[in-house]
Amino acid sequence: MFPTPVQKASPFIRISYQIMLPVALIVWLFPLIGVALTSVRPASDLAAGNYFGMPSYFAGFENYGAVFRDSLIGQFILNSFKITIPTVIGAVGLSCLSGFALANYQFKANLWIFFIFVAGNFVPAQILMVPVRDLTLRTGLYDSVYGLILFHTAFQAGFCTLFMRNFIKSLPFALIESARVEGVSEWKIFAYVVMPLMRPAIAALSVLIFTFVWNDYFWATVMVQGAHAMPVTAGLYSLNGQWVAAWHLVSAGSIVAALPPVAMFFLMQKHFIAGLTLGATKG
Amino acid sequence: MTTAVSPPVQLGWFRRNQIKLAPWLFLAPGLIMFFIYVLAPIGQSIWISFFDWDGLGKATWIGLGNYVEMLDDTNFYISLKNNLLWLVLYMLSVPAGLGIALFLNQNVVGIRLYKSLFFFPFVISQVVVGLMFTWFYAPDFGLLSGLIQAITGSKVAILADDRYATYGIIAAGLWPQIAYVMILYLTGLNNINPEQIEAARMDHAKGFALFWHIILPQLRPATFIAVVVTVIGALRSFDLVSIMTHGGPYGSTRVLSYYMYEQALSEYGYRMGYGAAIAVVLFLIMMVFITFFITRMIAQERNG
Repeated sequence: MFPTPVQKASPFIRISYQIMLPVALIVWLFPLIGVALTSVRPASDLAAGNYFGMPSYFAGFENYGAVFRDSLIGQFILNSFKITIPTVIGAVGLSCLSGFALANYQFKANLWIFFIFVAGNFVPAQILMVPVRDLTLRTGLYDSVYGLILFHTAFQAGFCTLFMRNFIKSLPFALIESARVEGVSEWKIFAYVVMPLMRPAIAALSVLIFTFVWNDYFWATVMVQGAHAMPVTAGLYSLNGQWVAAWHLVSAGSIVAALPPVAMFFLMQKHFIAGLTLGATKG
Repeated sequence: MTTAVSPPVQLGWFRRNQIKLAPWLFLAPGLIMFFIYVLAPIGQSIWISFFDWDGLGKATWIGLGNYVEMLDDTNFYISLKNNLLWLVLYMLSVPAGLGIALFLNQNVVGIRLYKSLFFFPFVISQVVVGLMFTWFYAPDFGLLSGLIQAITGSKVAILADDRYATYGIIAAGLWPQIAYVMILYLTGLNNINPEQIEAARMDHAKGFALFWHIILPQLRPATFIAVVVTVIGALRSFDLVSIMTHGGPYGSTRVLSYYMYEQALSEYGYRMGYGAAIAVVLFLIMMVFITFFITRMIAQERNG
């Protein structure tokens, strides 16, 4: 292990390491801690200039209550779920198929198609913006969750395919080969031999895509205008304009918006990190 | 299992050609979607960049007009310069992430929780990160401004001052990016062959020499990915600029992605053609890096 484990070091180093850990964490998460504290701070504290001391009393229920009662944040959160969940299912589903195709068959265009998926995944969003917005307008999906779902599904399919293809490549090929010799059809090999082995990859990818799509802000501003379809990132931004200097509300709203992906991350931590690094193992 | 291999006579055309057809059938749904929403729009954007178009009416062909206009556009150069600044300063997240990873690569009680908490900023949306730092930087009561005032005695409104605003935004962007790089390196450190480290220690390699000659070369795959995601992250910067300053003050924090959006869609008018032309420039810059990454990946695919 590198660096040398602290257990092997002198007691002085061991103890200072144990002290430094929480200190470093607090410094690192300082902006977050500040926002969390502000979200439970009564408005009167802010007016009195108490920005950084302890809140004079716990106003969490008051602030979070006000955020949900007086703003459309509940609706925004719901919209985010309406956009994110179908996208995760769609993109992961598509990439199981395309990843299987690229991992499993030798054909001339194989590597080319793979690299097109990879490269497409790297392009800046702005090069897609005008035509995609135009297409969404023409198909009547502008200002609805469906336009966003379709776009995100297609775009994320690039990264997902890279990920699934590398995962399937790491599976024992003999398994597929022997099924083929038995005369099992290609579709059944996919559905009954490969799919059951892909569960960890599907879990890892789902958490990642959930986070990516939930946190998207750019496409939400390009393809949605009204509150009825607006996800929470864009919603929070518009609320920020309404709540000028009401930092206790902005903070509470930010925490609400950040919570679903954070909860997801903590529940599925192992999968999340496996996902980030698995997608990146080749390279 | 015994069972008969079905006699070839009964095989239909589909079954006979299954192996050839199957990859295309499996690929079709994903590839079609990807074509409609990613590949075709790249071509369309390039095409649109040769027109003067407000997004609704008739488009007028102006050839290279948009690109010629760009050559004399101060705002374009400001954006381009800021993009370079992002690119250079964002690279700091690679050593910083490595540093934190080395710090956290220990086996003490609760270290797993520490690692996850350090990773936190990456999971949070950039909108929230932007709001957090705006508050952090706020003049009068923002914590950082307070600190600066205590040290230098003068007030600084970071995001309202065109000398500092871009740096302030980049600092906010570095926060989640460092977390991302850190996690890549933590996994990399985990995969290092412990025997090699022991062998090196036997030979009295220690501290920095051990790190430089033994550890760092083994972390190369992690470094490669870290550089890739950091370059892409830097060139994609849009959210933070939009949230924290709207490109201001006086347009000094614009980056190409934001300037493009402003030209094409905001109150400054719907100049789709000019916007598309800016996007093409950004795309070409990105292509330089994409080509580099892909050639490396191809080489590895061939070897592996």
